[in-house]
Amino acid sequence: MFKKSRLIGEYFMQGDIACAEGALAAGCRFFGGYPITPASEIAERMAMRLPLLRGVFIQYEDEIASIAGILGASWAGAKSMTATSGPGISLMTENIGLGMMMEAPCVVVNVQRGSPSTGLPTSWGQSDMMQARWGSHGDYGSISLVPNSPQEFFDLTITAFNFSEKYRLPVFIMADALVGHMTEKVVIPPVEELEIIDRKYTNKKPEDYLPYDYGKNLIPDFAKAGDGYRYHTTGLTHDKRGYPNMTFECQNELVPRLVNKIKNHVDDISLTEEYDIEGADVIVISYGITSRTILPAITMAKKKGIKIGYLRLKTVWPFPEEKIRKLSKKVAGFVVPEMNLGQISLEVERCAHNDSIVKLVPHPGGGIHKFEDVLHAIEEVAYGK
Amino acid sequence: MANNTAQLQEKSHPMEDLLRMDRMPHIWCSGCGLGSAVTAFVEGLKKAGVSYDKTAIVSGIGCTGRVAGYLRLDSYHTTHGRAIPFATGLKLANRDLTVVVFSGDGDLFAIGGNHLIHAARRNVDINVICVNNFIYGMTGGQNAPTTPLGAYSSTAPFGNYEMPFNLVGLAAASGASYVARWTTMHARRLTDSIATAANKKGFCFIEIVSPCPTVFARKNKGGTGLDMLKEFQTRAIIDHDADPTTIPLNMDNEIVCGEFVNDDRPTFWENVQAGIKARLEKFANWEEMQSNSRKISHKKDRKYTSSRDSSIMRRNT
Repeated sequence: MFKKSRLIGEYFMQGDIACAEGALAAGCRFFGGYPITPASEIAERMAMRLPLLRGVFIQYEDEIASIAGILGASWAGAKSMTATSGPGISLMTENIGLGMMMEAPCVVVNVQRGSPSTGLPTSWGQSDMMQARWGSHGDYGSISLVPNSPQEFFDLTITAFNFSEKYRLPVFIMADALVGHMTEKVVIPPVEELEIIDRKYTNKKPEDYLPYDYGKNLIPDFAKAGDGYRYHTTGLTHDKRGYPNMTFECQNELVPRLVNKIKNHVDDISLTEEYDIEGADVIVISYGITSRTILPAITMAKKKGIKIGYLRLKTVWPFPEEKIRKLSKKVAGFVVPEMNLGQISLEVERCAHNDSIVKLVPHPGGGIHKFEDVLHAIEEVAYGK
Repeated sequence: MANNTAQLQEKSHPMEDLLRMDRMPHIWCSGCGLGSAVTAFVEGLKKAGVSYDKTAIVSGIGCTGRVAGYLRLDSYHTTHGRAIPFATGLKLANRDLTVVVFSGDGDLFAIGGNHLIHAARRNVDINVICVNNFIYGMTGGQNAPTTPLGAYSSTAPFGNYEMPFNLVGLAAASGASYVARWTTMHARRLTDSIATAANKKGFCFIEIVSPCPTVFARKNKGGTGLDMLKEFQTRAIIDHDADPTTIPLNMDNEIVCGEFVNDDRPTFWENVQAGIKARLEKFANWEEMQSNSRKISHKKDRKYTSSRDSSIMRRNT
């Protein structure tokens, strides 16, 4: 049973395990990690499954080594992944920046816990959202996907691998302990129904190949170690040959490209789910597990006759700026419940500018929103209090 | 005649096939030992006969961290201290590669010390070449984990208060399969060591004691690069049988060089393969036993194991 790379069918599966299965289905064959609650189950599942699929599982000495290891594996051509929680991500951030600069495809799963510091190891939160965007020093475009169920944890893990291979960068999956430890029905579709994207290898000869030469889509073609291309890769500012070049011109060509290669493809990357957006007065914007725990508030608001719409972000980064800008001109306001003290609501505020009200419903993590609080916020926005 | 000159110009450097000539001149100071170390590495690779296309070099940060950029191999200049875990990932994901980590003492033993001892413990099949110049060169001569007690550095203006690491001792104690120490004076022996390590499986560690005239010698009255080499010559002895844990480097003691460890023990990947094989054989028998016992045992149990994926259920509960 465990020799199969994909378990096809219906399962009663934990979120973390669904994530591991999603990674295997996407073709992940290298996992480097370090135990941390609530993400350890992903490593445990990978430890059991990968060796039988001729893949590599390695438990590194810390999270810093884990991320460095999956970058190395990525350069050997493997689809690679690590999974951790907030404290681990904090340790990884320097090398996530290296991955962004080197443009190494890989997936980093953050099963968020209550933060800051050690916080609530066995409980949940959504307070690492800004860290996923700005964690490593410097400017770079980044992608973060946020699942709200074990099924979506499975699906979005595959999507994360697809994006990382396509856009050549470390992609975050920002789950939380509630999704990670929740056990629900997970349907694993047959192979042909899954869309799997593999990285684009160069078809140039080694003598003509420039590792950081890019086309219209701003993404360089890949060549892996051991194929005779013998090129240089560095975390220093580099030119198209990959050679360090510490000049303004080179910096000005490289860094904006790292941002724009994501910015220019927002339409492709941005995944949202929307209900009753047309003609709504108030729109609730949420993501991750919060999008499920606040549903009663939306139902109640509807019963009270409020024209309420609901926008769920599956992709939080890049933020769907255009979409929010357009909506902000049509609605009275947005309500943003999230399990932190205001992170994504800042983005919504930025996009709504002065066109509409933005109301944050904060929660420090470790529990779920009281639906009355959310309802109250919706009413405040709807009745203009 | 003209033809000969053109040929000469075309192939002007004996190591051209392995050096990135378009990146020359390099950034290293005159008198630095890194040139000798790189030469020994290139000659060692040639001698070992490994395929250049299948050789990858990984460096961290620092003066020695720049080595990767000058070698025409698959080369990776990573973050400070993280060359070893990066190389581990590279090697395990493509086991045909010969993976060499080429970095400095600060990179490998201060910020990256944990990675080094764990890679040695795992016996991952990579080679680590550590150029030890007793100081942080790139950042301007700060204290390193190898700076001898009493030596001066920019962050030890009253002399270093800390005991230095004995690099070969640490590598050997952590379980490396091959441990050697040479100075940049020992060009031929160093080359041989690099060639041996390139063809040896398991974690191989080579320390290269190297002069740093610009910061270490300047702060410690060591003279020029040549003076330092002369000093190495007088201080160095070769003793292959020395216990690597008993030969630390101080300001003026003997520099004991040699191949201290040359063992064969199973690598990480060999252990993984053996482990899986043993487990699967056991598991096959176990499954058989289970199915036999089920035939006799109570029907009650069957209700719970009849799910098409009972093992997953078991793991989840």
